[in-house]
Amino acid sequence: MNTNTAQAKAGERQATGSELVALAPARKRNQGTDYLPALFETMSVNLSATERRVATLATRRTVKKAWQAAWLVRAIECIDLTTLAGDDTPGKVERLCAKARNPLRADLVKALGLEDYRLATGAVCVYPMMVATAVRALEGSGVPVASVATGFPAGLTPMKDRLAEIRYAVGQGADEIDIVISRRHVLTGNWTALYDEVREMREACGEAHMKAILATGELKTLSNVYKASMVSMMAGADFVKTSTGMEAVNATLPVSLTMVRSVRDYLDVTGQVCGFKPAGGIRTTKDAISWLILMKEELGPDWLKPDLFRFGASALLGDIERQIEHNLTGRYSSADRHGMA
Amino acid sequence: MNSIRDILNTMDYGPAPEDDTDVRAWLASHKAGFGHFIGGAFTKVRGETFSVANPANGEKLADVAVADSSDVDKAVNEAQKALKKWRALSGNQRARHLYALARHVQKHARFLAVLETLDNGKTIRETRDIDVPLVARHFYHHAGWAELRDTAFPGHEPAGVCGQIIPWNFPLLMLAWKVAPALAAGCTVVLKSAEHTPLTAIAFAQICAEAGLPAGVFNLVNGAGETGALLAGHTGIAKLAFTGSTAVGRLLRRQTAGSGKKLSLELGGKSPFIVFENADLDAAIEGVVDAIWFNQGEVCCAGSRAIVQEGIAERFHDKLRARMEKLRVGDPLDKSMDMGAVVAPVQIAEITAKVKAGIAEGATMWQPSWAHTVSNAAGCFFPPTLFTGVAPSSTLAQEEIFGPVLASMTFRTPAEAVQIANNSRYGLAASVWSQNLDEAFDAARTLKSGVVWINSTNLFDASAGFGGYKESGFGREGGREGMLEYLVPDFQIKAKRLPESVALAPPTPVSVPGAEAAGLDRTVKLYLGGKQVRPDSGYSYPVAGRNGRHLAEVGLGNRKDIRNAVEAAHKASAWSAMTGHARAQVLYFLAENLELRATEFAARLAEAGASASAARQEVEASVARIMHYAAWADKYDGAVRAPDKRMLALALNEPWEVMGISCPDEAPLLGFVSLVMPAIAMGNRVVVTPSQRQPLSACDFYQVLDTSDVPGGVVNIVTGDRDVLADTMAKHDDIAALWYFGGAKGTELVERESAGNLKAVWASNGKARDWFDARQGQGEEFLFHAVRIKTVWTPFGV
Repeated sequence: MNTNTAQAKAGERQATGSELVALAPARKRNQGTDYLPALFETMSVNLSATERRVATLATRRTVKKAWQAAWLVRAIECIDLTTLAGDDTPGKVERLCAKARNPLRADLVKALGLEDYRLATGAVCVYPMMVATAVRALEGSGVPVASVATGFPAGLTPMKDRLAEIRYAVGQGADEIDIVISRRHVLTGNWTALYDEVREMREACGEAHMKAILATGELKTLSNVYKASMVSMMAGADFVKTSTGMEAVNATLPVSLTMVRSVRDYLDVTGQVCGFKPAGGIRTTKDAISWLILMKEELGPDWLKPDLFRFGASALLGDIERQIEHNLTGRYSSADRHGMA
Repeated sequence: MNSIRDILNTMDYGPAPEDDTDVRAWLASHKAGFGHFIGGAFTKVRGETFSVANPANGEKLADVAVADSSDVDKAVNEAQKALKKWRALSGNQRARHLYALARHVQKHARFLAVLETLDNGKTIRETRDIDVPLVARHFYHHAGWAELRDTAFPGHEPAGVCGQIIPWNFPLLMLAWKVAPALAAGCTVVLKSAEHTPLTAIAFAQICAEAGLPAGVFNLVNGAGETGALLAGHTGIAKLAFTGSTAVGRLLRRQTAGSGKKLSLELGGKSPFIVFENADLDAAIEGVVDAIWFNQGEVCCAGSRAIVQEGIAERFHDKLRARMEKLRVGDPLDKSMDMGAVVAPVQIAEITAKVKAGIAEGATMWQPSWAHTVSNAAGCFFPPTLFTGVAPSSTLAQEEIFGPVLASMTFRTPAEAVQIANNSRYGLAASVWSQNLDEAFDAARTLKSGVVWINSTNLFDASAGFGGYKESGFGREGGREGMLEYLVPDFQIKAKRLPESVALAPPTPVSVPGAEAAGLDRTVKLYLGGKQVRPDSGYSYPVAGRNGRHLAEVGLGNRKDIRNAVEAAHKASAWSAMTGHARAQVLYFLAENLELRATEFAARLAEAGASASAARQEVEASVARIMHYAAWADKYDGAVRAPDKRMLALALNEPWEVMGISCPDEAPLLGFVSLVMPAIAMGNRVVVTPSQRQPLSACDFYQVLDTSDVPGGVVNIVTGDRDVLADTMAKHDDIAALWYFGGAKGTELVERESAGNLKAVWASNGKARDWFDARQGQGEEFLFHAVRIKTVWTPFGV
């Protein structure tokens, strides 16, 4: 019996549990909604059940051979190749951008049959002061530049400065802004304050797409994560993102599952789509595949593309390169065989 | 062409087959077929064989010999021969063997997983991640019980040779659940594998040899129901353990009645899956996947009845349908499948018939959009199926389907959820979803099922007992309670035979010596619902005392009196809800009031034939026994296991609620007290037939009950012919458990007749007990039989 593909195809036509939206290529941005506490107020996420689901996600599905290679290519396309360090210099950022344009060794690209396929990472992600460099370095590549802003990573600078920082980064040419939310609003249950804050930030972003970083490692409970995610979407976030990469615990599968389900619930109720970006701690090919499976299973194939899914990662690409080489040659590879960022 | 570019467009999973080369090589090396494993070696294949097929594609995997009576005889003989040495080993020595089995299962983990998948059709994910690890876990856990047997179960001996019959849905896991506790207890085993799925049991037999298990300790016979019947009926086995359908369980109950064999039955279910409106709905949806689409729904404890709060039902079903679209059905060896093949074409036919019946009854069927692609042409596949608008009274809600079919209905209030859930002859398991633990625990406590999973489903662990209420069977597998199924109190082995019951003479007026005694005539009636009532029959029977002297006429109870007694007992439900402390107070008061009247009771016993000192001693022992159970009343309430991080499994000792008790003829007061007190101390309400020959002490006891705050209906006493009344109690479907202390023939009768509702029977098997000996007449053995264990799994965490 060979029904797998048929099942998968048929299944994906009804992908997300919502018939409200036909996802077109030119997707309308999430405009947000009024503040609707009914969407989240009574939500209580069961930790053990969440853990059980994520524990079996990657044991219920796997990709092998050509499918694995293709999925890894897709993972590369979804990476926000990131450098967010105090010692970043224009030179470092230029190297990163070069890697973003050209993430995989040419012979591997050829072996994959993708010579005429524009393979690049999803974006490059830098601090505001580095945006101009990145924009120059990526010119003509089509790779967007993302900038963190709003007092990243803690977000505890005055609101006017945080908004000004967004405008600065946008002014420098950033296509995407990764903002941080005020964790204190979540921890004190001040949801209207959170809504208002994110709304203002979204306005400041203008045409630039906004990713709302929840810093889930500091929100602690999954119910907090769900609520913060839902409020951020109501306030107009284009993406919800797990972490800054600076918290003690960054992207985890239970947190991601919770956020992804909030995206699904939001879609069901409002008909608007929101992207998802796990960031921090995703370093291995196995991790990347697990997250892609999570997106496909819980949301559907539209969330397997960079317009709705990104990895915030710096070390992940190296592991994927080595794994792709292994996939093609059967030999385990070494980091030195692949160009660094 | 599956170019990378194409895949980038579809982002399909692609095939991911598990390599089965090694297993196929093993099968190919047994082209001649598989025999039985008897006395440490495989028998030559001779006589009748059956062929084993891979349900995923119909391909033949092996020929397997059918065991006839001579094979079963040989296997039982070998098990008997091996028993003497095996039971004489120290706990540590037996533990080493069980540990070795656990290790060897792990060493062959993938081989066993692949073989199980080929044989049964379940997915490699399940065999690899669930079945085989649980098998190893079971042997490890029971290596521990082997080590600890004599410390943990003093005064117990192994039951002897065990006959064990396992089903096809978890072939290797059910083998482990049966074999591990038996071997740990010091029993030897003859196991019959399931007809559809004998291969992993055969591989296990080879592993036993490899691991150095002494010959004859584990024996395997293969075959269908006839072989099972030969094993169950074999006089050489002392214990029968069965997992399978309720229908076959009933047959085995009848077949083994009166044989003296211990019996445990793990049978069918129609387990409820209750979703409250404040549940984490996405969590509950995944719960459904694990409940009814685990193992293609071929799970005795499958959550096959969704009972969803009305206000969220629509949203829940929307989410469920979306989730069902994502399920994948196909090649069980493919690592990306959620469901594999149903075990055999006959099972597909059964599922199809029940689904058709559901449609005919007007329920709404829904299957994923790709369901039409699931083909039965080559293999046995069935798509996940949801029925909504199911009435509790419909076939879909009442009958076990044993396939991937969920019947969903709605409820309005928590009480109604439990009411619908309990509206079933079965009571195996239940799953409760709510983020409000008050609500969840309230349901868990009131559900009539042997296992309750809060915010989880289909979790198993060797340390936690598993088994059913009602027609889902009796006995537990796993944990301390599971070990007791394979042990017997040592005093029973050399117990004297009890005389057979003597039927009462026709109740006609006769002239008897002593009848002329003067004094106010006393009318001894029955005691029902806290009142003395005349027997429905309008007949009495004479009670004779010392030297045949006439003492009194007592009421001749009949079936209607039993019926009334059972109704009275059901009405006294408040007793079961009382705290152990409150029941203890009542029991202490009983002891106090009996002691006040000690002289009178002693005189009554002396009249009946006891010497003065023996009579005094019996009354004193009775007072002490009541106090013994007053002491236990608030102390035998259960145990806690911790099978996982952030998980407690509570083993709750719950009363049967309404029990029947047939008291022995001997020790008319002490025997009565020794049986009634543990039962009521644990919260049961009882219908008792006192000593047939000497019922007067029990009848005098009415007044002690009346004066001791025992609520009416907790103890109901029907005098008369013990076996006639026991027969009625055994046939009464609203009695959950029956204790019978009489002759062997009576035991045969009640065990046979109990098959109707599969009530748990604890019978003397015609063996005498010294009621004056504290080891035999009181203690945990009685308490254990006075409760049924409900295991409540409670995950927690924020």
